[in-house]
Amino acid sequence: SQQHVNVISCIRSTDFEVHRNWLAITHSLPVSRWYYENTSEWTLDYPPLFAWFELGLSQVARRFDANMLQVENLNYASPATVLFQRLSVIVTDVVFIYAARECCRCVREPKGSRDVLSRPSFVLAVLLLWNFGLLVVDHIHFQYNGFLFGFLLLSVAKHLQSQHLQGALLFAFLLNLKHIYLYVAPAYGVYLLRSYCFAQDNKDGSVRWSSFSPLRLLALGAIVTSVCALSFGPFIAMGQLPQVLSRLFPFKRGLCHAYWAPNIWALYNVLDKSLAVLGVRLKLLEEAELPPASMTGGLVQEFEHSVLPSVTPAVTLVCTLLSILPAVASIWLRPHGAQGFLRCLLLCALGCFMFGWHVHEKAILIAILPLSILAVESREDAGIFLILTTTGHYSLFPLLFTPAELPIKVVLMLMFTIFSFTALRKLHSAQGSLLHPLEVIYLLGLVAVAIACEVVFPLSPWQQRLPFLPLLVTSVYCAMGVCYAFLRLYASLLLRREEKPKQL
Amino acid sequence: MQTWSLVSICVLLAIIARWGVSLNSYSGAGKPPMFGDYEAQRHWQEVTYNLPIQEWYFNTTNNDLNYWGLDYPPLTAYHSWICAYIAKTINPEWVELHKSRGYESTQHKLFMRMTVLVADLLIYIPAVVLYCLYLTDGSSKKKVSIMFCFLLYPGLILIDYGHFQYNGVSLGFALWGILALGLGWDVLGSMAFSLALNYKQMELYHALPFFCYLLGKCIKTGLIGRGLFLLVRIGVTVLATFALCWLPFLAEPSQAMQVVRRIFPVARGLFEDKVANTWCSLNTLIKIKSILSVPTTVVETDSAMTTQTGLKCNEICYACPFLVFVCSMLPLFLKDGLLVPYIVTSLGFLFFSIYLLSALDHCSEDKLRLGAYNKLFYWLPKMDLAFIVRWKFYISIAAMVGLSIATAVLIPPPHLPDLFPVLVSTTAFLHFLGTFIHFNVVQFSEPPSRKSQKKSN
Repeated sequence: SQQHVNVISCIRSTDFEVHRNWLAITHSLPVSRWYYENTSEWTLDYPPLFAWFELGLSQVARRFDANMLQVENLNYASPATVLFQRLSVIVTDVVFIYAARECCRCVREPKGSRDVLSRPSFVLAVLLLWNFGLLVVDHIHFQYNGFLFGFLLLSVAKHLQSQHLQGALLFAFLLNLKHIYLYVAPAYGVYLLRSYCFAQDNKDGSVRWSSFSPLRLLALGAIVTSVCALSFGPFIAMGQLPQVLSRLFPFKRGLCHAYWAPNIWALYNVLDKSLAVLGVRLKLLEEAELPPASMTGGLVQEFEHSVLPSVTPAVTLVCTLLSILPAVASIWLRPHGAQGFLRCLLLCALGCFMFGWHVHEKAILIAILPLSILAVESREDAGIFLILTTTGHYSLFPLLFTPAELPIKVVLMLMFTIFSFTALRKLHSAQGSLLHPLEVIYLLGLVAVAIACEVVFPLSPWQQRLPFLPLLVTSVYCAMGVCYAFLRLYASLLLRREEKPKQL
Repeated sequence: MQTWSLVSICVLLAIIARWGVSLNSYSGAGKPPMFGDYEAQRHWQEVTYNLPIQEWYFNTTNNDLNYWGLDYPPLTAYHSWICAYIAKTINPEWVELHKSRGYESTQHKLFMRMTVLVADLLIYIPAVVLYCLYLTDGSSKKKVSIMFCFLLYPGLILIDYGHFQYNGVSLGFALWGILALGLGWDVLGSMAFSLALNYKQMELYHALPFFCYLLGKCIKTGLIGRGLFLLVRIGVTVLATFALCWLPFLAEPSQAMQVVRRIFPVARGLFEDKVANTWCSLNTLIKIKSILSVPTTVVETDSAMTTQTGLKCNEICYACPFLVFVCSMLPLFLKDGLLVPYIVTSLGFLFFSIYLLSALDHCSEDKLRLGAYNKLFYWLPKMDLAFIVRWKFYISIAAMVGLSIATAVLIPPPHLPDLFPVLVSTTAFLHFLGTFIHFNVVQFSEPPSRKSQKKSN
C-alpha cells in the first residue's frame, strides 16, 4: 500500500542483504552448490522450496539490476536493487491479501445490518492487513512473512471451511518454505489424524475407531510426500540431505538471541542474574566463582547461568513438548472442530515461542495473526488478543532502532492499537468490557516502559555503562504479558464448555 | 466506530504519509554551490541565530543576501530562530556562521524534517481537523472522509516534506482564520490571518476575500453602531498583530523599508524564472457572502516557490484541478528526485477521494450546481451536463497520467527541450481557467434559499 512504498527508499537491515545473497546464490550457482555456498555469512538456511522461490524472483531481478545477482557483491544495494526487493515483498503480499479475504469469509456475521466499519469481517481484514508486526517486519525490516503467513492463514481458512485436503496441501507447502512452522505442525498432525482420518465420532465425542478411513490417511500422506519430494527431491538425489538439514537446523550458540525474545527464558535469565547479584550482595556467593559473562552484564549469545541450572537444547525441547501436550491431547480426546484446531495451533505456536531454543521475537506473529480470527468472534479471545498483540508488537520495537524509524514505529503502533481496541470493543460491546482493570494497568505500563526506553534512557548517563538495559526491560516486561496470554489461552481451551462434536 | 478514534487514525495515517515522503530526497540535495530550498531554510537558521536582528535583512559582510537572503516576513525569521536554537543544542555545526554552508548529513536531514512535522502538528493539522469536523456538512463519516482526503493532498505533502518548505504554517494560520470566521469569531480570525500574512507574503492572495468578507459583515450589521465597533476591533487587532510581529524593525524606518524591499522584490519582476502557471495573481475565491460554510479556496503561485491549495468541497470533481496542479509540478519533483513519492501520493489521493467521497456517484447536476449553466446556455440544446463533467474527469486523469509518463520517461526532441513542462503548464492553465470560471458562475448564481439557510449558522 501507499505506506509500504513510502518507506521504500532509506531503511534496510541485514535481512535485506540475506535475501539479496540468496537471489545471487540461486541464480548464479548450480543447484548442487546452493547449500554448500558460504562466501557470505548469510548462508541459505530455509528449506529448498524457498530457494526455488528465490530462483523465480531472480529471473525478474535480472531486469532491474543484474549486478545484485553476483555472489561476490556482498552488501550490494543499488537503488534498483532496493526497489526490486521492496516491490517483491509488496507483490508477494497478494497471497496474504487473498488469504485474509478467505479468513474474512469464514467469520460469522451477526444478524442485523451494521455499517461496514463495525462488521466482524471488516475488523478482521484490517487487523490482518494492517498488522503492525507484519508491516514492520516485512516492509521495514525486510522479510517475506506476508507471503508465508498468507499460506498459513489460507490453510487455516480451508480447514475452517472443511476443505481439509487443500488445507493440508497448503501447510505442506508452507513447511517447505520456512521450517519455523514446525512449531504448529503437531496441531495439524493430530487434528487431521483425529478429525479427518476418523470420519465419525461417537455420541460423547470420543474416538470411533471403526470409522478410520485409510483412504484419507493415504491422501494426506501422498500430499505431504509429494510436496516434500518436489522440494527436497533434487537434494536427496544428490545425497546432500544431511548438509541441507545441518543448514536448516544449525546448532546455534545461545539460549537466547542477542535480544531476548519475551519468553520464559528471558524471565529465567533475569531471575538468574538477580539471584546472582543478590547472592554477591549478601555474601552468599563469591564474585570470582561466577561465570564472567553474567557479571559484566552484557547480552552475550552464550549464556551460562550462574545460580540456576544451565539450560540445554534438550531441556528446551522437553519443556516445549510438555507445554503443548495438553493442547494436543485436548483436540484428540475432545475435538471441537476447526475452532478447536485453531486454538490448539495457537497454543502450539505460543508454547514453542515460550520454551523454544534461540527463539526470535518475530515468531510471536505466528500466534498473533491466527488469534485475530478468534478475536472478532469471541469476547474472551478479544481480551487475550489485545494483551498478546500489544505486548508482542511492542517487543518488536528494538528491531527498529534508528532515529528515522522512530516516528514510523510509534505512529504505526498507535494506529493499530487504537483501531484494535476501539473496533473490538465496539464488536463485543454488548457483553461487557474486554479487559480487567489490572490488565489495563499492565498495558499502560507499556507506555511508561516505551517512554523510558526510547526517550529517557538515551539521554541518561546509564547509556554508556549499561547499553543493554532498555532491551532487557522490554524483554522482561513483554515476557510477562506473553506468559499471561499463554495461560489464559490454555484456560480457555481446557475449560471450554462442551460443544457438540462436528461430523466431518 | 467513535469519531475520535477514526479521526486519530486518519491523522496518524497522514503523519505516516508525510514521514514516508520525508525520507526521500530534498531540493538541491548534493548540488553545490547553491543547493536548494532546504539549504535556504538552514541558512536562515544560521543567519537568525548568529546575527543581531538588525542585520537579518541587510547585506553585510556576515550576511550575503545573494546567497539565499531572507525574503519572507519576520514570522518566518522568528520560526527559523527557534529551530536554530534547538539545532544548536543538538549539534552546533549545523548553524555555525559561514562554516555550515552546504551542510548535509542524515542526522541534520532528520532534524529539518522533524521541524516541518512539528510545525504541521501544531498548526496545520489541528486546523484541518477542526475545520472538517465543525464547518462541513454531512454525517460524521463523511466529515472524516473529507478530512482524510484533505490531509492526504499530495501537493502540500510533496512540497513541504519533499522539496522542503513550511507552507503548512502559513496555510494553517489562514485556515484557522477561516475557521474562526466560520464560527463567528471575527477578531480571532483576523488575528490568525494576520499571522499567516506575516509568515508568508503569498497569503496576500487570500487577503482580498478576507477583507471583503469582514468589511461586508461590518456593513451589514450597520456601519453606525455595532458594525463600526466590529470594524474598529478588527482594525485594532490587525494593526496590533502586525506591530507585534514587526516590533524589532519599527525602531528605524530604514529597517522596515528594507524588510519590505526584501519581501516584495519588485526588481525581480512578477514571476520567478520558471513559471508553470501564467496567472499568479488571480484566482482567490472565497464565497464571501454568508455561505461561508462551504468556502472554496484555490490559490496557486509559480511552481518554483510556494504552492498551496485549500480543498474544501464535497464534490470530487473539484479535486480534479488539484490533482492537475500536482501534476504541473512534476518537472520540479523530478529535479528533486521525488518521482516515487509523487506517484504514490497522487494515486493514493485519487483512490481515497474516489472511494471515500463516492466521487462519481455524486456527479449529478444538482450536486455540482450545474443548473446555472443551463440558464446561461439556454440557447444550446439541453445536454446531460453531469455526464459531460464525469467524462471530463476521466479525460483529465488520462491526460495527467499521459503527461506524467511522458515527462518522466520520454526525452523531448532537441529543438523543443521544454516541450513537456510547457504541455503540462498549458493543461494545468486550462483546468484552472475552467475551474475559475465555474466557481464564479456557481457563486454568483446561488439560489437565495440556500443563502438564508446558511445564514442561521
